[in-house]
Amino acid sequence: MAEVGETKDPKPRSRTIPISLVQLRRLSPLFSVIALLLLWQLITSAEIYPAFIVPPPAAVGEAFREALQSGLLVKHLGVTLEEMFLGLILGLGIGLSIGYAIAKLPILEYTLSPVIVAFQSTPIVAYAPLLVIWFGSGPTSKIVTTAVIVFFPSLVNTIVAVRAVSPNLRDLMNSLNATPWQTFRQLELPSALPVVLAGLKTSATLAVIGAVVGEFVTQGSGLGFLVTSARNQYDTPLVIVTVLTMTAIALSLYSFVVLLEWRWLAWRRRSKP
Amino acid sequence: MKLSLRELVVDFRTPDQGRLPALGPISLEVLPGEFVCIVGPSGCGKSTLIRTLGGLQPATSGSVAGDDLPITRPLSTLAIMFQDANLMPWRTVIDNIALPLELAGVDKARRHEAVYELLPQLHLQDFALSYPAELSGGMAQRVALGRVIVQRPRALLLDEPFGALDAMTREKISLELLDLWRKGRQTVVMVTHDINEAVLLADRVVVMSSRPGKLVADITIDLERPRAINMIYRETFLRLAREARAAIDPPDS
Ligand SMILES: Nc1ncnc2c1ncn2[C@@H]1O[C@H](COP(=O)(O)OP(=O)(O)OP(=O)(O)O)[C@@H](O)[C@H]1O
Ligand SMILES: [Mg+2]
Repeated sequence: MAEVGETKDPKPRSRTIPISLVQLRRLSPLFSVIALLLLWQLITSAEIYPAFIVPPPAAVGEAFREALQSGLLVKHLGVTLEEMFLGLILGLGIGLSIGYAIAKLPILEYTLSPVIVAFQSTPIVAYAPLLVIWFGSGPTSKIVTTAVIVFFPSLVNTIVAVRAVSPNLRDLMNSLNATPWQTFRQLELPSALPVVLAGLKTSATLAVIGAVVGEFVTQGSGLGFLVTSARNQYDTPLVIVTVLTMTAIALSLYSFVVLLEWRWLAWRRRSKP
Repeated sequence: MKLSLRELVVDFRTPDQGRLPALGPISLEVLPGEFVCIVGPSGCGKSTLIRTLGGLQPATSGSVAGDDLPITRPLSTLAIMFQDANLMPWRTVIDNIALPLELAGVDKARRHEAVYELLPQLHLQDFALSYPAELSGGMAQRVALGRVIVQRPRALLLDEPFGALDAMTREKISLELLDLWRKGRQTVVMVTHDINEAVLLADRVVVMSSRPGKLVADITIDLERPRAINMIYRETFLRLAREARAAIDPPDS
């Protein structure tokens, strides 16, 4: 990936430095994390804010250990993960299929556009209470909230991706008497995949937001609930632990999609020598 | 395969519901195994003619036929090659060439056998597993040519197949095409914007008028085969090329 970094440093002097510039570049993202932790430690050591507002890193680490041991974190994490995955699958499924249908039948876009635009320009947080009224305070409302928030980017990306399929390649498939399924499988799917996967990165992180917003509204269980209940008990370390857990979910999902890209879009890494 | 156009007319609909006559009326007969080149001004309907023969574009009136059977949809015995290589960037060279066989349901082993047999003639044996982004323009066109040949078609429809290549590569690859044609003896209809190329390759050069394209000249090229590049200096060659050019730009205009 980092071809640019591969270039040899012309100055022989740099060889005497034990860690090369290339390695330094690779490690640089770590520095920002370490700097942030240091700053955090500094603020708490200087006692600028009281510990119940900004707890020191060690206290957060302790809260993490406790939450893990008591099973509290795992329980709520499990709830959120389940809602998120089901919502993601539902939202993606509907977004991809309606997106495909719209891309193939422009009249559908014309018909559906007022609904879609209106729906999309309303903040999702505003829907959540309504969805709770309709789907109850159980997992369903949170799954639906997640699905709704995931739906739009996957819809839009699918439309863009399928519309961008080369008309010349469509001609080619037609001239070879390809069936609609063959055209889908051999042309539209591989051609749309890069854009759809890029959209999936957005959708995956949005899915975490969807599930958590749903939990804020309903209360009961899940990481969203854990955050509010910890805050009500002034347990700031636990709030931070929970927030970081959400970050970790989003990052893992994102990395998973990157992994899919790596596997499925191997051809894109090959360019002219 | 014999190809015939009978009083073929193709109109397109304009955005304001008017009609844009793109081609014809034009009649033409291409005999089995004959190599016909079509030249004509830009926008005169050459691509439209190829697409109609290929079953991709319906005729407004008149008809197109292959061996006297009307062509209304793409035939598997008739292969089209488009102006740009039109390869799938996510497929390797062999998988791009094998696409027609794959769509026809040929199993993987047989597909690869057929493709590997073709690669040396196309000078692609070292690039079997390359992706299109790793190929030069000339190599990409060879892949496209391979994708046409692998279908073992009885007729080839080539729409400015080498138009995007530099003159030297084009010369080389078009003589390679002649070689392939000599072995397969398919019927060839090839559109080109290069009169010398047309005269060098074809049995007949057909000249079309500006839009809507009609036939203005049908010149028989009586140069012996196999053709070689040094024939372009012959008196006969120059005379035929001049004749074709005069038909495209009439001296009085
Ligand atoms: N799908 C289409 N819809 C509307 N008009 C079209 C369509 N395809 C071609 N035309 C029009 O028909 C005419 C003939 O087009 P065609 O592409 O056949 O020309 P051509 O001879 O191949 O030109 P060139 O040498 O530039 O490739 C042009 O005026 C073009 O604008
Ligand atoms: Mg054209």
